[in-house]
Amino acid sequence: MSCFTSKFADELIANAAYIGTPGKGILAADESTGTIGKRLASINVENVESNRRALRELLFTTPGALPCLSGVILFEETLYQKSSNGTPFVDMLKSAGVLPGIKVDKGTVELAGTNGETTTQGLDGLGDRCKKYYEAGARFAKWRAVLKIGQNEPSELAIHENAYGLARYAVICQENGLVPIVEPEILVDGSHDIHKCAAVTERVLAACYKALSDHHVLLEGTLLKPNMVTPGSESAKVAPEVIAEHTVRALQRTVPAAVPAIVFLSGGQSEEEATRNLNAMNQLKTKKPWSLSFSFGRALQQSTLKTWGGKEENVKKAQEAFLVRCKANSEATLGIYKGDAKLGEGAAESLHVKDYKY
Amino acid sequence: MSAFVGKYADELIKTAKYIATPGKGILAADESTGTIGKRFASINVENVESNRQALRELLFTSPGAFPCLSGVILFEETLYQKTSDGKPFVDLLMENGVIPGIKVDKGVVDLAGTNGETTTQGLDSLGARCQEYYKAGARFAKWRAVLKIGVTEPSELSIQENAKGLARYAIICQENGLVPIVEPEVLTDGSHDIKKCAAVTETVLAAVYKALNDHHVLLEGTLLKPNMVTPGSDSPKVAPEVIAEYTVTALRRTVPPAVPGIVFLSGGQSEEEATLNLNAMNKLDVLKPWTLTFSFGRALQQSTLKAWAGKTENLAKAQATFLTRCKANSDATLGKYTGGASGDSAASESLYVKGYKY
Repeated sequence: MSCFTSKFADELIANAAYIGTPGKGILAADESTGTIGKRLASINVENVESNRRALRELLFTTPGALPCLSGVILFEETLYQKSSNGTPFVDMLKSAGVLPGIKVDKGTVELAGTNGETTTQGLDGLGDRCKKYYEAGARFAKWRAVLKIGQNEPSELAIHENAYGLARYAVICQENGLVPIVEPEILVDGSHDIHKCAAVTERVLAACYKALSDHHVLLEGTLLKPNMVTPGSESAKVAPEVIAEHTVRALQRTVPAAVPAIVFLSGGQSEEEATRNLNAMNQLKTKKPWSLSFSFGRALQQSTLKTWGGKEENVKKAQEAFLVRCKANSEATLGIYKGDAKLGEGAAESLHVKDYKY
Repeated sequence: MSAFVGKYADELIKTAKYIATPGKGILAADESTGTIGKRFASINVENVESNRQALRELLFTSPGAFPCLSGVILFEETLYQKTSDGKPFVDLLMENGVIPGIKVDKGVVDLAGTNGETTTQGLDSLGARCQEYYKAGARFAKWRAVLKIGVTEPSELSIQENAKGLARYAIICQENGLVPIVEPEVLTDGSHDIKKCAAVTETVLAAVYKALNDHHVLLEGTLLKPNMVTPGSDSPKVAPEVIAEYTVTALRRTVPPAVPGIVFLSGGQSEEEATLNLNAMNKLDVLKPWTLTFSFGRALQQSTLKAWAGKTENLAKAQATFLTRCKANSDATLGKYTGGASGDSAASESLYVKGYKY
């Protein structure tokens, strides 16, 4: 094979396939301390470890939610935290059939000489870190590369740097037993139309898969986390069916069938938008050799956060709100979402923040 | 899209899809004058135009053969030839649901500084030539790139040059209404094992699809003509099921689902081997988002040529032999071939010629 043979190969393939189980998806709960601070600030909650732990416990103990999930991406701090009864979060997730994942990148830095384009750092010592995370119970990882659309963007440099960074990260993960989620996010910021987004997405994904091939990555043991193909944030919105068509076509043109699942990021979409778009994709009658699911952060937690407001007495209601979104997205992976999810506060609210920095 | 969508887009997509119809495949009858001369020499037939016309008429008027074929690749001379009753070959084919195709490359030349590696020529005035061919009735084209396996081969230069040549040829075809068959043949010559062939095939195909993306080729309007993944010619043979597994795995890792069909070349395989291998691939219980069919030259004509031997009195026998191979391969595209199509020893004869020059 042109891919390298890892001692973890069978496990990687099994875990990647499991994450793509129809009816399930990923909760992205890997907000860094800084980022979760912004979320907590928006509901007037202090950014201290106990609150961060309490939020994640709220999510992970929501009755009925875990069956809708195949994985949860965690931030390093959370990987080592426990529930209030002393059970490590990773054990709680594992015994419920949910694979723990870990964010391993160290954020973006600017590419000198470009118009604000970035590359992602985190390769130094990555192998050792992955080993440790595997020992702590993680079985998949995530690395977010970011590209933007502009007059001259994304530049060939940005595409190349980000694609090859993702590929290097991916093979290091596989050497150490973690399924790499490959995330080349093209920001929605801009006034471009959906065709432009499609063209850029196809170009970026083609570069990613060339890089993955060059680096001998085992595609059957990876997942893709792309943006959906949509008009820019400053352009007129289009129907979910249109988004579905352009998105699936872009993926058909670039993502080999060996990749078991595609888990979309929600970008700045509202909870309801993200679910409807995913649903439309799964209803589309066309070739889809990979399963199409979710890896949502904001689009799963927004109304839950608002309902919780950091208050113990709101936990039950917040959990109900969380379950509503989990079920809605689980249905969307099967193309059976009827759009009748009890909309929690803020479920229809756009989560777009211009030039969003994680 | 990143793909160029010209005035012929719908037609290209429709034609490519039709050629990939399950139960049908391509007869590669595009031997250049020099190459057909070698075939004729082996059966003691003079290499003159009338004999070349007679052979092709024999093939194209074989009763019952047409339903097994979706296309025939022709050499330029044949595109303008007629049957003995004066009907243009292209009309005969079109009337019977068989699409005429045209070989457009001008053979290989050595890449200086490499160890006998080559690139393919034929880009000069290709657009104008394609227009002429389209007017003459052709609706698809073929361009053969050749790579070899050796200690340091294929080199990065050879992979890049051949991939880019294929991409440039492909887009020019699409601009002029012809579906490009993309053929990156990795020769079987050598003592390498099947894993080496798989690795090289995957690397080559990854480069090819990156180049096609760079050149804005509309994948839905193309076909791929790859080698099957096999051990080298100097290595022990393996079972069809093994060839099927390695081949389909390689394709799943590299060929985007947007490509409607994969039409295998037979290389030096015997008629029966090629059919059994194709059959095994279609029986393989794994998700294949493109149809798997044939584009055979020698592997469809070998025993027919021998049966004909240039003699009119052998016509019926030769045509019956041809029909047998057509049906066998048609069945193989459906995974329904049960083997032993003809007791003919010629069918099992290896067609391998070391360092084969077309």
